[in-house]
Amino acid sequence: MGPIVVVTELEAGRVADASQELLTKSREVADALGTTVTAVGFGGQAASALAGAAADAAIAVTGSAAEVYSPRVYERALASLLKEQAPSLVMLSNTTLGMDLGAALASFSGQPMVGYCTGLSVQDGQVVALSQIYGGKLLAEVEVPVTGSIITAIPGSWPAASAGGSPAVAAAVAEPAPEVELLQVIMPESGGDVDITRSDILVSVGRGIQGPENLELADELAASLGAVVSCSRPVVDAGWLPRSRQVGKSGQTVKPRAYLAMGISGAPEHLQGMKDAELIIAVNSDESAPIFEVAHFGAAVDILELMPVLAEKLQGRAG
Amino acid sequence: MKIAVLMKDVPDLVEDLELTDEGQLAVDELSFIPSEWDDQALEEALLVKDEMGQAEVTAVAVDTGDVDSMLYTALAKGADRAVKIVGEFGRDLPNRARSAVLAEYLKTAGYDLILTGVQAIDDVDGQVAGLVAGHLDVPHASVVREVAVAGGHVRCLQEYSAGRMAELRLATPALLGIQAARKPPRYVTIAKVRQVTKSASLEEVEGELPEVPTAAVRRLFKPQAAGRAVMWEGDPEAVAEQIVALLDDRKLIRS
Ligand SMILES: Cc1cc2nc3c(=O)[nH]c(=O)nc-3n(C[C@H](O)[C@H](O)[C@H](O)COP(=O)(O)OP(=O)(O)OC[C@H]3O[C@@H](n4cnc5c(N)ncnc54)[C@H](O)[C@@H]3O)c2cc1C
Ligand SMILES: Nc1ncnc2c1ncn2[C@@H]1O[C@H](COP(=O)(O)O)[C@@H](O)[C@H]1O
Repeated sequence: MGPIVVVTELEAGRVADASQELLTKSREVADALGTTVTAVGFGGQAASALAGAAADAAIAVTGSAAEVYSPRVYERALASLLKEQAPSLVMLSNTTLGMDLGAALASFSGQPMVGYCTGLSVQDGQVVALSQIYGGKLLAEVEVPVTGSIITAIPGSWPAASAGGSPAVAAAVAEPAPEVELLQVIMPESGGDVDITRSDILVSVGRGIQGPENLELADELAASLGAVVSCSRPVVDAGWLPRSRQVGKSGQTVKPRAYLAMGISGAPEHLQGMKDAELIIAVNSDESAPIFEVAHFGAAVDILELMPVLAEKLQGRAG
Repeated sequence: MKIAVLMKDVPDLVEDLELTDEGQLAVDELSFIPSEWDDQALEEALLVKDEMGQAEVTAVAVDTGDVDSMLYTALAKGADRAVKIVGEFGRDLPNRARSAVLAEYLKTAGYDLILTGVQAIDDVDGQVAGLVAGHLDVPHASVVREVAVAGGHVRCLQEYSAGRMAELRLATPALLGIQAARKPPRYVTIAKVRQVTKSASLEEVEGELPEVPTAAVRRLFKPQAAGRAVMWEGDPEAVAEQIVALLDDRKLIRS
């Protein structure tokens, strides 16, 4: 059986946490299947980052085209590597890279694919994946063929590898792909608006706030708590709050002492940014909302009714 | 510039998702709405058209049930054409097969730019954007916004975590998975949709059910309630009191 190929991402020259998680899980599955783990990384720092990775073998894809993520370059390099490796499984994180490349690799390599994976095990020789779909409301149990199936896993699903390894690192060179040109990398704006990652308490609003006219309820509640207002992505996309307030996968990761989720459903992309908050209180009129799976305390009431009452009761008590 | 927007409808999460005893979705019990990210893709396409002046936007959907109102709504919002791919496709059509059907049509339809949602809530077997792009072997990028067309190229921003982004330029034909439109999707009245339903028509194209690689879904189930929140009962007044007591107990407010 071919190896499990793990497509790693680097962060500041190290294997990113999300990729470390893939390595941990792949080791467990590889042991159960009787196969090995091969880590693939991109860029000039890949060889040194992968030299200590928890894998049996590693491939560093280098060349000027591989320095920064570029969809077509990475995809072509991976497609030809997968052809050579004939892997049993291919693991990517459900990050931008995984969402961009996973399905495309599956379709032109003619392999099955499982997205949004949060669990992976071997049962009677059969690889079984759990996939979190419907905004976190349902899990799918999926049989994964070991023919080279592509799996994209939600970051945070497994512990990161604790021990490293010492794989031999082979080299590959990525070809440029002028049909998709990387013009510039844009770093997040700093300053200006508040830094939500520094607030002890966040009053975070989701689509349940219903319109910008109701934001003053959140402002009043936050003021009564000495808190800052943050939000889910749709609130930003609708233009109701600036992007600097967004919590989640494509926003900020926050770990406040208390996170009050108001009218947020708890989609995996949101949870990724706040699930490690010390205290999570969720209010959502739908008692089956997935946010209640990670909240410590919750109530199924209308936030538009609750927020003013709560702000009133908190008057003069901001810590 | 010919722009296609690939759209599908998905169960409305506002309602409870009923499962059958076999652990499959009770689709007959559900109501369906356009996937929110496909709506964003349509909006972005219409904005691109507004900017360019002479672009043609076509909404494309595989007929897996009742997609007519979704397509008429797209026309009412400003799409120039709507294509419905008909064949033996049920509500349970996996994305994998859906993508092959779409790709088969797109191969010869001559679009310069294809937009679709970055994902849909039912994408267990992969996102349509990547799957179709793989079939077509065209330049593609997903998790993008702010699409602009100039000089036969497409520019967009691809989002990474924590607000980092890249600006990409793709040769056409290109396919993009849209994260969000520059503006909230435009609203049309039901009266307008009704009027369009009478005056416009959907173009039907025959499609065939393809053979595709699959990972079999054994069952769907609701997550176990193991780590579930302690739920406070009562009206907003009672809940507010509980919250104050808890914050007090945790020394997060002055006593
Ligand atoms: C690549 C990618 C990245 C993403 N990144 C992020 C991210 O960084 N952050 C993020 O948040 N999302 C992100 N998303 C979007 C994510 O998938 C969800 O769409 C989003 O989190 C949903 O936001 P929401 O909970 O506010 O809205 P919804 O899912 O619509 O939930 C609104 C909730 O409010 C409740 N509600 C409605 N009215 C009331 C009321 N009056 N009182 C109480 N409750 C009420 C409803 O029951 C519902 O549960 C990303 C998606 C993708 C594809
Ligand atoms: N659109 C594509 N993106 C990435 N890789 C592809 C694509 N199309 C084909 N490939 C594969 O990439 C590998 C290298 O192809 P080539 O660039 O032709 O040497 C081969 O395995 C191709 O099958």
